[in-house]
Amino acid sequence: MAQRKMLLEYADNPEARSLEGWKRLGGYAQVESILKTRTPDSIMEEVKSSGLRGRGGAGFPCGLKWSFLDRKSDKPRYLVCNGDESEPGTFKDRHIMERLPHQLIEGMIVSSFAIGSKHSYIYVRGEYMYILRILEKAIDEAYAAGYLGKNIFGSGWDFDLSVHPGAGAYICGEETALLEGLEGRRGNPRIKPPFPAVSGLYGCPTIVNNVETIAAVPYIIAMGGDAYAGIGVKPSTGTKLISASGHIRKPGVYEIELGKVSCEEFLHSEDYCGGPSNGRPFKAVIAGGSSVPVLPLDLFVKTAAGVPRMMSYESLAEGGFVSGTSLGSGGLFVMDDSTCMVRNLWNLARFYRHESCGQCSPCREGTAWMEKLLERLEAGEGKLTDIDLLVEISKKIEGNTICPLGDAAAWPVASHIRHFRHEFEHHVRFPEKIRDPKHNVAAPIPRPS
Amino acid sequence: MPKVTIDGHEIEVDAGTSILNAARKIGGALVPPTMCYYSKLKGSGGKCRTCLVKVVAQSAANPRPMPKLQASCSTPVADGMVVQNLTSPEVLDARKGIVEFLLLNHPLDCPICDQAGECDLQDLAYVHGLSASRNDFPRRTFETIDIGERIELNRNRCILCYRCVYTANQVAGARVHGVLGRGDHAEIGTYIRSSLDSEMSGNVIDVCPVGALTDKTARFESRVWFLKPMDVHCTCDKCSGKAVAWMRGEQVVRVTARRDAYGEVEGWICDSCRFERKDKAAWTFEAPRRVERNSVIGQNHYTGLRQLLAVTEKHIAARAAVSAADEAAGGATGYGADPAALISG
Ligand SMILES: Cc1cc2nc3c(=O)[nH]c(=O)nc-3n(C[C@H](O)[C@H](O)[C@H](O)COP(=O)(O)O)c2cc1C
Ligand code: SF4
Ligand code: SF4
Ligand code: FES
Repeated sequence: MAQRKMLLEYADNPEARSLEGWKRLGGYAQVESILKTRTPDSIMEEVKSSGLRGRGGAGFPCGLKWSFLDRKSDKPRYLVCNGDESEPGTFKDRHIMERLPHQLIEGMIVSSFAIGSKHSYIYVRGEYMYILRILEKAIDEAYAAGYLGKNIFGSGWDFDLSVHPGAGAYICGEETALLEGLEGRRGNPRIKPPFPAVSGLYGCPTIVNNVETIAAVPYIIAMGGDAYAGIGVKPSTGTKLISASGHIRKPGVYEIELGKVSCEEFLHSEDYCGGPSNGRPFKAVIAGGSSVPVLPLDLFVKTAAGVPRMMSYESLAEGGFVSGTSLGSGGLFVMDDSTCMVRNLWNLARFYRHESCGQCSPCREGTAWMEKLLERLEAGEGKLTDIDLLVEISKKIEGNTICPLGDAAAWPVASHIRHFRHEFEHHVRFPEKIRDPKHNVAAPIPRPS
Repeated sequence: MPKVTIDGHEIEVDAGTSILNAARKIGGALVPPTMCYYSKLKGSGGKCRTCLVKVVAQSAANPRPMPKLQASCSTPVADGMVVQNLTSPEVLDARKGIVEFLLLNHPLDCPICDQAGECDLQDLAYVHGLSASRNDFPRRTFETIDIGERIELNRNRCILCYRCVYTANQVAGARVHGVLGRGDHAEIGTYIRSSLDSEMSGNVIDVCPVGALTDKTARFESRVWFLKPMDVHCTCDKCSGKAVAWMRGEQVVRVTARRDAYGEVEGWICDSCRFERKDKAAWTFEAPRRVERNSVIGQNHYTGLRQLLAVTEKHIAARAAVSAADEAAGGATGYGADPAALISG
């Protein structure tokens, strides 16, 4: 099935980037009518019935999250949009913020109205400075038009929106580290409970949602929650942006109807990845951003039971972490047989070692230890026992840390070794063959049959 | 008031109490070990993960287990909650992993470390650790930084528990002490290397679970187990003046705050009391200080790796025996009635 363009309908239209242009495309009209005719509760209900799941990685039902908001508290409530997007392989939020800034602002207005936030924030990844400027300009335009600020759209409701840049740390995408950063402190994740819905920004009830999640809200209200739930295959409702990269002919951001596109089609169709970029066979796929388990090609296109996999939360998760993976944030990268999986894992491990905030001992020490072991394996100086030790370390990190970064560092290690153990053993057995850093390009490591 | 069951012991505690504090209320061996939580420091806890426990039933209303192990210091109890600490092999296994992580880059220079004998990491490794490390990489080291005349900072020994950071912020009141960098390159530093300069700065020594922060005025003077701890007090206008003087004969070798069974200070003391009052006449002596002997040195047997539960049981028995001996001697000394009995036992 071809792309189903909803969020990205106007992504390639330069008109969408200015307020005037966005209005010519029909923008803001609907927001005005929502503010004047709907109640916050009715918006909440629509979001609940839409089945929208958080697009930031965990896939948590958005309506359910909103319902956790502490409504008894007399403190102000906040909505924070997570635009930190630092997961390797994920670059879809950038697409929205850069090309459709007013679409995100509409989402922020409607969602904030539903939640009861009078001042909301968009936290933008530090490396996305140019995007920060784009958003600032769009917000200025919206203030000038009376769509933000006092008595917006003449609805009697006051609403402020600010953007805040990160300083270049992956960990600041974790919602509580993000809140620490927003409050001006070092971005260490907080100990939960309490969860942000009870005590978040400045100790007030707070909802943190991904850019893509928030951008979807106005569409849900426009068509109705039930209609939105009719898109995709329940419980994977709606459309999802996939950032596709790697050894494919057509890397880019694609919008799919969840559950309607098979993994095979996604890799090979001209509507999506367009097959291999240099004629070599695909070997492995990381389906949902660097943190999710890697799968060998055969397990990506078909489950262990031989059922063709579809691009949906459930289908990709089929088989658990033994033979399945997760849709995660939708950062899909494809590797052909020139990729050395040891080198690939080492590269990921370096990232997690660098990005660990260092607060809790399993992640701080474990990520560094794993990285050192992988560096030496890749250099041909490893031992066979290092391979099992890596798995052991990953098991000791997984589930025992403050925030999921520990798990995110552990899963790739466990899955690379589970599915590509022969490559790790090859590095120990034939150190002379892997001295050349491009060793896998000339002669791919054979997979035992 | 919620009722919670920990390793088979039931207790009623105030709502909002953490599992750890509920366990402390029961007391004994089922209390999870802590390396970062400190009841007197706001925000502490959650970081070291040594206090992980298994919640097998979340509450009476929701009797399902929690999927992950929970940090007992930062997880509140609920009515009907059932928790396993020593009775869960999963917990003991995870804790073994945590000890390995904490020791991964620890220099193990105990023979030349002033903290030896009263070090929480030694105790933890002894009860919960492996006998050998599987790490064969060089250990991480930091260059030495000088944080002043009175406090020695050795960051190679630091386990990043953040206690000193909270102490500097909350007790010493000067925000010049903090964590810089991230991941395994995170380090304790003093901003712009300015020394900790406050009347209460010495308290960071007492909160440090390892030998990363030690007292320069007592450095290398004596092994702690050769000193006799005495409860003392003085009239001080900066703190309560209640302290422990560690004596060698008539000489006050070092002064610390009074610490409870969990190693936490009972009250903060000021730098004048700690670093300057080294004259016996400056203090009024109350009685010998009773020190919990759960340390490696106190136990006095290094027998290598054993089955964890066996070790734990032995640990409990040894502790009971020493307390009994101590009781018989009227709780006279810090280290039990007869050191010889300890060595042979
Ligand atoms: C280490 C780490 C990094 C994360 N980075 C991001 C991110 O860049 N963007 C994002 O939306 N969520 C990120 N998350 C997930 C957030 O914590 C949070 O779950 C999400 O923003 C919630 O939004 P959603 O419910 O709309 O998905 C990250 C989580 C972790 C543990
Ligand atoms: S898991 Fe890693 S990133 Fe998360 S709090 Fe712990 S040390 Fe920091
Ligand atoms: S110096 Fe001591 S108290 Fe400070 S963080 Fe390190 S181990 Fe903890
Ligand atoms: S004492 Fe609970 S995590 Fe450190």
